[in-house]
Amino acid sequence: MDAEIALLLTIDGIANGAIYVLIALGTVLIFSVTRVMFVPFGDIAAVSALTLAMLQGGQLPGTVWLVALLAAIATVLELGQLAQAGKLAQAPRAILGFALLPALPIAAAVMLNGVPLPIFAQMLLTLALVTPIAPLIDRIVFRPLADASALVLLMVAVAVHFALSGLSLMFFGPEGFRTEPISREIFTFGPVTLSAQMLFMLGAAILFSWLLYVFFERTIAGKSLRATAINRVGARIVGIRPARTSTIAYILASLLGGISGLLIGPVATLYYDSGFLIGLKAFVGAVVGGLASYPMAAVGAILIGILESFASFWSSTLKESIVFAALIPILVWRSFLSGSHESEEEDEDIA
Amino acid sequence: MTALKPHLIATIFGVIWVAIAPFVASAFTITLMNYIGIGAIVALGLVLLTGLGGLTSFGQAAFVGIGAYSTAWLSVKVGYSPWLGLILALVVMGAIALAVGFVTLRVGGHYLPLSTIAWGIAIYFLFGNIPGLGQHDGIAGIPPISIAGWSFASNSAVYYLIWIALGLAMVAISNLLQSREGRAVRSLRGGETMLASVGIDLFRMRLIIFVIAALLAAIAGWLYAHMNRFVSPSPFEVRPSIEYLLMAMSGGAGSVYGAVIGATLVTLLKDKIQDVLPYLSKNAGQLEIIVFSVLLIILLQRARGGIVSILRRIWPVTPTLPTIGERGLEKRRQPERGQPLLEINEITKRFGGLVAVNKVSFKLATGEILGLIGPNGAGKSTMFNLITGSLKSDGGTARFLDKDITNAPQRRIAVGGIGRTFQHVKLRPNMSVLDNVLLGTYSRTSAGFVTGALKLDRAEDAEAVAEAMRQLERVGLADKALEPAGSLPLGSQRIVEVARALATDPILLMLDEPAAGLRRQEKDQLGQLLRTLRSEGVTILLVEHDMDFVMGLVDRAVVMVFGSKLMDGTPAEVRASPQVQEAYLGGVA
Repeated sequence: MDAEIALLLTIDGIANGAIYVLIALGTVLIFSVTRVMFVPFGDIAAVSALTLAMLQGGQLPGTVWLVALLAAIATVLELGQLAQAGKLAQAPRAILGFALLPALPIAAAVMLNGVPLPIFAQMLLTLALVTPIAPLIDRIVFRPLADASALVLLMVAVAVHFALSGLSLMFFGPEGFRTEPISREIFTFGPVTLSAQMLFMLGAAILFSWLLYVFFERTIAGKSLRATAINRVGARIVGIRPARTSTIAYILASLLGGISGLLIGPVATLYYDSGFLIGLKAFVGAVVGGLASYPMAAVGAILIGILESFASFWSSTLKESIVFAALIPILVWRSFLSGSHESEEEDEDIA
Repeated sequence: MTALKPHLIATIFGVIWVAIAPFVASAFTITLMNYIGIGAIVALGLVLLTGLGGLTSFGQAAFVGIGAYSTAWLSVKVGYSPWLGLILALVVMGAIALAVGFVTLRVGGHYLPLSTIAWGIAIYFLFGNIPGLGQHDGIAGIPPISIAGWSFASNSAVYYLIWIALGLAMVAISNLLQSREGRAVRSLRGGETMLASVGIDLFRMRLIIFVIAALLAAIAGWLYAHMNRFVSPSPFEVRPSIEYLLMAMSGGAGSVYGAVIGATLVTLLKDKIQDVLPYLSKNAGQLEIIVFSVLLIILLQRARGGIVSILRRIWPVTPTLPTIGERGLEKRRQPERGQPLLEINEITKRFGGLVAVNKVSFKLATGEILGLIGPNGAGKSTMFNLITGSLKSDGGTARFLDKDITNAPQRRIAVGGIGRTFQHVKLRPNMSVLDNVLLGTYSRTSAGFVTGALKLDRAEDAEAVAEAMRQLERVGLADKALEPAGSLPLGSQRIVEVARALATDPILLMLDEPAAGLRRQEKDQLGQLLRTLRSEGVTILLVEHDMDFVMGLVDRAVVMVFGSKLMDGTPAEVRASPQVQEAYLGGVA
């Protein structure tokens, strides 16, 4: 391998890593706020890309049905719980939050079906459709488990991934899609060629990382999320409601997953089950930061992108094995850093 | 004996059914039962690993694959006997599990399960891409297993092989769970500090159960390869791993029977779903995973104990006392009364800018009861943790029996003769009082995993039970031996902890705020017990801030205030000290 190829692979890797950056940041966000390892992140990215592809193909995206189904379940659960607690006075609020709000993008998608839209409008509509997914999953699946151990939450998260990819198969079918890039321009700098899409991916990763930073530093909602992450009980005592913070966190998660789906759509053919590997690679990146540090998670995600691009150059068949085997040295390094003070928490008994 | 117990009847019927099934059931049922048996062997490993050990593996199917591919490769590509294939499968699996476990089991919590997904995928992709293993086409033409010319080629022949293997594995694991190492496995969720306080090495235990679960998966893989006569990568990806996990969880993650019940349930359900789903959607083959995922979610939301815990609620199992030996365990030689035992010299501990313990020194002689007292925040518990090794000091030395124990590992300190209790009781609530106290005998006994699984440990175990019962009698809780520790009131739980610490045959007994949270009457009982122990010559160091409780009990007290030692002396001296009064009351009026 000469320097030119190495440079090329590195640039390619950074661009790929940019997609993982957003998901890795989201993984850290959800884990620190809710203790859930949100495994279905990649699925949301895949759903987002498939939604955009179907909009571009002039079809009504399957996301409409997915969101409608989730919203219906969440509304029924919420109303049932309110009825049991004798708090039916709060029913209108529940219907507004769990049924009407998710119905808005659905209505928009149905009305605009077949109308040729500019690409940015398509993207906006896609994000609007994808956004309710994670908060609704939170309501249906994770909220009843608020007292469960991190281990149980993880098992549930993995189960959610499989349910979601199965539902995606039902609503999107088994075909793969690739979306239209925003621009097909290619720039040449000496030996290096860069596509506009690559620059767009990088720019988006930087922009949204910065926005996330501003959100955490400058807004009350962001600060309440940070407070919850640092000390759950303390946050509760000063009046930060856990249900509310987790909803905000999951909305952000949906957005981050959705955006990375939009970015990856034009560069890779995605299927209903492509999300798993994307999410796992981002997770490997997040582990570099110990699931606690945002900047390190971003660095880790970029490193994984670069590793992936080199690995596919060395051996395209063993690419995935190499990338996932990379987790092991990272774990060794992390455990070396953290010492052995991890198992102090007493687990609840499953049995 | 009392009337026949329902679970015993169920077991007898189960065994009879398994024995006669090939003569009465259809060929299709036998095929299903083959898959159930193989699934149950894998699930049995997960019962040990996840249900009891608290380690989730999403990569178990990859381990099944390692077993299956090892034997497939050896018997097809090299042409050796399937029995050599079994040996190869076990050797390869053991080596890989040791290596993977050694690296990933140190990182706890959520890292481990996620890393199992990662290497599960990595191994799966390897199967599909190594030319010697047939890549995505797999390996066909695997010979059946045979013994002395008798072939297990037919479905019903291999059926017996599978169910005998499962039966043996179940017997071995349930023997193991009643043994010394098994009790340690069952208490793995109690946290590292509690385990170390009785001399159990958490990492070693984790590694061993990880390897056992992997070996069971490899055996299942071996059976699968020779039953199916063909292997390809797809049954070994992450998805079937989830099914194995679902088997272990739905059956009842802590029970040997749960593995079989769960495997039956999942396999039958899968079969039914495959019948029904095609009517619902054209993508039916994949849809079963939705059903399974949703079931797993509902199970974890509503019934984390699985079916076995529901059955236990209907038919409670009445526990019986195990065999009690005659002699008890051998005691170590206690040092003579009055000998210097513990010497703390200028120990310091800082937490960032805060000096929690500042150059504190004191001595303790054998046979003495020493109280470490002081107002809240004085650094007493920090001091306690420094001596027992659960915190590392920033300066100074601690010597015990003339040996340096400064910053020694907790487990070494515990085995060296310092028994301890905890401020927040660390008992395993679902284990019996007796089993909790038996944990204390861990470092005084030696039966290993194999000995336990083969039930060759009974003589030693009976003596350990005798020892534990003796300690329970000593503290007055012998009549509660078979009750779950969690059902006792807090005062009694504290006393069970004392019995567990006594079962380690300590030279020094250290009690961390034993009176905290106790009612008056419970405090009196505890005081009475400690006085009895003193009259028996046990050396005790206790940390406490309840002055009334301490002063009537101790020979000497060390008073700490704001991390420093204020004074030490007899209770009368301490009571008379104006400095102490000032520290407690904020100045003499």
